[in-house]
Amino acid sequence: MNQPLLQIEHLTVRFDAFTAIDDLSLTVPARSVRVLIGPNGAGKSTLLDAIIGRVRPAAGRIVFKGRDLTHLPEHRIVRAGICRKFQAPGLLDSLTVHDNLVVAEARSRRWPALLRTQPTAAQAGRIDGILATVGLTAERHRPAGRLAHGQKQWLEIGMVVASGAELLLLDEPAAGMSLGEREQTADLLQRLADRHSLLVIDHDMAFVERLGAPVSVLHVGRLLKEGSLQDVRQDPQVRAVYLGRVDECEYDYA
Amino acid sequence: MSVNTITLDRVSAGYGLGRVVSDVSFTIAAGEAATILGRNGVGKTTLLRTLVGLHPAAGGRVLFDEEDVTRHRAFDRARRGIGYVPQGRGIFQHLTVAQNLELGLTACAGRPGPRRRGIPDHIFDVFPVLDRLRHRKAGLLSGGEAQQLSIGRALVTEPTILILDEPTEGIQPSVVQQIQAALVDIRREWHVAVLLVEQYLDFAWSVADRFYVLRGGRIAGQGRTSEQRPETVAHLLNV
Amino acid sequence: MRRAELTAHAIALGLLVLAPWWLSPYDLSLLGRFLAMSILALGLTIVWGWSGLLSLGQGVFFGLGAYALAMNLKLAALAPGDLPDFMVWSGFSRLPWWWAPFRHPLVALAAVVLVPAAVAAAFGWLVFHRRVRGVYFALLTQALALAFSTFLVSQQAYTGGFSGLTNFGPLFGVQLADQKGQTALYGVTLVLLTASYALATWLSKSHFGRLLVAIRDGENRVRFLGYNAAPYKVAAFTLAAAFAGLAGALYVAQVGVISPDMVGVVPSIEMLIWVAVGGRESLAGAVLGCLLVNFGKDWVSSAMPSLWLFVMGGLFVLVVTVLPRGIGQLVSVRVPRRRPAEVAPAAQELAGQ
Repeated sequence: MNQPLLQIEHLTVRFDAFTAIDDLSLTVPARSVRVLIGPNGAGKSTLLDAIIGRVRPAAGRIVFKGRDLTHLPEHRIVRAGICRKFQAPGLLDSLTVHDNLVVAEARSRRWPALLRTQPTAAQAGRIDGILATVGLTAERHRPAGRLAHGQKQWLEIGMVVASGAELLLLDEPAAGMSLGEREQTADLLQRLADRHSLLVIDHDMAFVERLGAPVSVLHVGRLLKEGSLQDVRQDPQVRAVYLGRVDECEYDYA
Repeated sequence: MSVNTITLDRVSAGYGLGRVVSDVSFTIAAGEAATILGRNGVGKTTLLRTLVGLHPAAGGRVLFDEEDVTRHRAFDRARRGIGYVPQGRGIFQHLTVAQNLELGLTACAGRPGPRRRGIPDHIFDVFPVLDRLRHRKAGLLSGGEAQQLSIGRALVTEPTILILDEPTEGIQPSVVQQIQAALVDIRREWHVAVLLVEQYLDFAWSVADRFYVLRGGRIAGQGRTSEQRPETVAHLLNV
Repeated sequence: MRRAELTAHAIALGLLVLAPWWLSPYDLSLLGRFLAMSILALGLTIVWGWSGLLSLGQGVFFGLGAYALAMNLKLAALAPGDLPDFMVWSGFSRLPWWWAPFRHPLVALAAVVLVPAAVAAAFGWLVFHRRVRGVYFALLTQALALAFSTFLVSQQAYTGGFSGLTNFGPLFGVQLADQKGQTALYGVTLVLLTASYALATWLSKSHFGRLLVAIRDGENRVRFLGYNAAPYKVAAFTLAAAFAGLAGALYVAQVGVISPDMVGVVPSIEMLIWVAVGGRESLAGAVLGCLLVNFGKDWVSSAMPSLWLFVMGGLFVLVVTVLPRGIGQLVSVRVPRRRPAEVAPAAQELAGQ
C-alpha cells in the first residue's frame, strides 16, 4: 500500500494566544509504529487531540486514508477508523471491565445492538480474546473504577483495540506499570502493529527502545527531529531540551 | 524526634469485603529512604493511602514518630509532619503556583515553633522553575512542572517524611533527573525521610536505602539497595 | 433477576393486587394515585439515576399528560355545543381549535403519551445537541416548569387558570368518580405500572441502558469510542417524559382534578425527593420512595398540615448527607452492576497469587 495511512499537513493549533502546534507535518504509514517524544508541554497530546477531533486546528489538514477528517465531529472520526487512549485513564467507572469492552466493541455501535442484553457470540469471543491479551481476564467483573492505575491503562488499550480502529493513538500506554509489565506492553504493541498503525507517546526510553520504531521529537509545537531512537538520542538539541545529561539517564547515587 | 519515623504493624486494608493489603509490617527510621515495588494492582497505592489516612485501615496499626495514629484523620497526620505527593499530582488547577504552595502552610498551623510566614525560600532552591512560574495558573503547567509543584507543596509543610506515589510517571527524562537530584538534596540538607512507590527501578535505587516488594498485598521480599542490584529483584515483579 | 429479588417482587405485586380487599377505601384511593406517581418515578430513575440528567421539570410532562386526559373528561361532561365554564366567562362562543380533537377519547389517550414525549424530544434535541450539561441543563428544565405553570395560570380562558380542570364526565361510558370506576382505575394503574417496570428492567439490562450509564460516567470517552451521545440523552429524557405523562393521566383520572400548582416548580422538586429517598439508581427504590414519601406526606398533613414542608426539607437533607443512595442502601439495591460481594473473591484470587 503506497498511500500513507495518516497524513498531517501544516497543522497549527492555537489556544487563545498560545500556539500549541506550529505548522507541523507528519506521515504515518499503514501497519507501523511511530513514537512521539518530547518535553512536557511540547504539543504531543495536543497533536493526538487534533487528530481525534477533540480540538479544532486553526490551519492545516488531517488526511486519513485519503479522506480529509479535519472538521468532522469526534464520533465520525472514530467511525472512520481512529481511536485514542488518553493520558489520564478514561474509563467508564461504574461499569465492569467486561462491560467497558462491550461498549467499546465496534459492533456495539450499530442500532440492533441497542436492544440486546448480551453481546453476540462473535463479540463475546473477541472480548474474551482482548481480556486475555491485556491480562485482565480475572478482573472481568470488577468495576473499572476499582482497578489499579496500570490495569486501567491495559483496559483502555483493550478498549481502543476493541473499537476496531486502524490507527491507534496511545498516550503513555505503559504509565503505572512495573518493568515486566512494560516489556509485555511493548511486545503487545508490536503484535498490534501487524494489523494496526500505532502513534505512541511515551517518556520511558527503555520502553521506546524495545518498541524499535522510528521516533519523532516535538518541541514547542514543532518537529525537532525525526529518525531512529539511536540517531535522535545523539542529537545535542534533543539532549538539551528533553533527555538530560547522558543518553542512558544514569543518576548520581546518594 | 524519635528513632522510627514510620512503623506499620500488621496493616491490612481493602474495599468492602475484599482485602487488597494484608498484614504488612515495616519500619522507616528517621532520615531513611525506602521504596515499595510491585506489579500493577498489588496494593501499593492503597497501602500509601492507608498510611497517610486517606483510606481506613481494616486491621493493624500505623505509628508516626512512635505514636499510634491509626485512628487519626488525614489532615491530622499531615499536621504532624507527613508530606504526601499523590499519584497524578493533585495540584489545584485554578490556583497559581504560589497559592498552591501557600496552601501547604496551613498544615504547619498548630505546630510548635515560630509562626511560618510565606513560602520558605529553600523550596525555590530545590525547584528553581517554580520561582519563575510563581504566578502561573497551575492548570497551565506542563506535567514535569506540575510534579515539581506537587513535591514543593508537600515540602512547604516541613515534613518529617515525604511520601511519593510514582513521581516519575509521565515526566520527561531531564526533569526526572532534576527530581532525583532534588530528593537527594532534600534528604541530605533536612534529614527528611522518604517513602517512594516507584516502577522505574533505576530511579528507585538512586534514592532509596531499602526496598520492599509487594506481591498479592503482602511483602514478598526486602533488602538494602546497596546490597542487591535491581535486576535481582525484577523476577519478583514479573508476571 | 436473582431468586430472592424475584420472590420479593412477587410478594409485593401480590400485596398490591389484593389491596382492594385488605385496604380501607380511603387508603386504597391513596395507593392508587401513588402507584400512578410511581410510574413517573421510574422515568426519573432512567433519566436521573442512570443517565445522570437532573431534570427539575418532570412536573411539566406529568401536567401535559394530566391536562390531555382532563380536557377530554371535561368535554365529556358537557352536551355537544356547550363550552366549559371558564370559557363561557371569558366570552368564548366556540371551542378553540386545539381543544376540539380532545372530544375523542382515543385522541386524548394518545396525546397523554405523545404530547409530553414530543415536547421532551424537541427540548432535549435543542439542549443536548448544543452539549448543555449538568447544572445548566437542570436550570433550563426548571425554567420550563416555571414557564408551563405560568402559562396555565395566565391563559385562564384556555386552561381553566388557577383552578384548573375539574367536574369530569365519563370515560368510555364509565363514571370514574364512583366505586366501580375507581376500582377499575386501580387495576389499570397496577397493570400499567407493572408493564412500565418490566420495560424499564429490560432496558436496564440492555445495551441501551448500559450506554446511558456509560455516558453519565464518561461522555467524552463514549464519544471517542464512536457514539454520538446526544440521541441517547434525548431518548432517555423523552422516555421519562412519556412515563410522566402516563402517570399524570392515571392520576387525574383517579383524583378528579388537575391544576397548575400540581405541575410546576415545587412539585417537580418533590418528585426528585421521592426518587432520592428510595434510591435513584434502583427501580424498586424509586417506587418504594414514592410510596413512602407520599404516604408520609398524607400522614403528616392530616396531623399537622403546615409541618409537611419541614419534613420534606429534613428528608432532603437526610438523603443528601447520610443516605446518598437512598433507603435502598439499607436494603438490597437492584442496580445494573456487580455488588461488593462479588469483588471479594476476585481480591482473594489476587492475594493468593
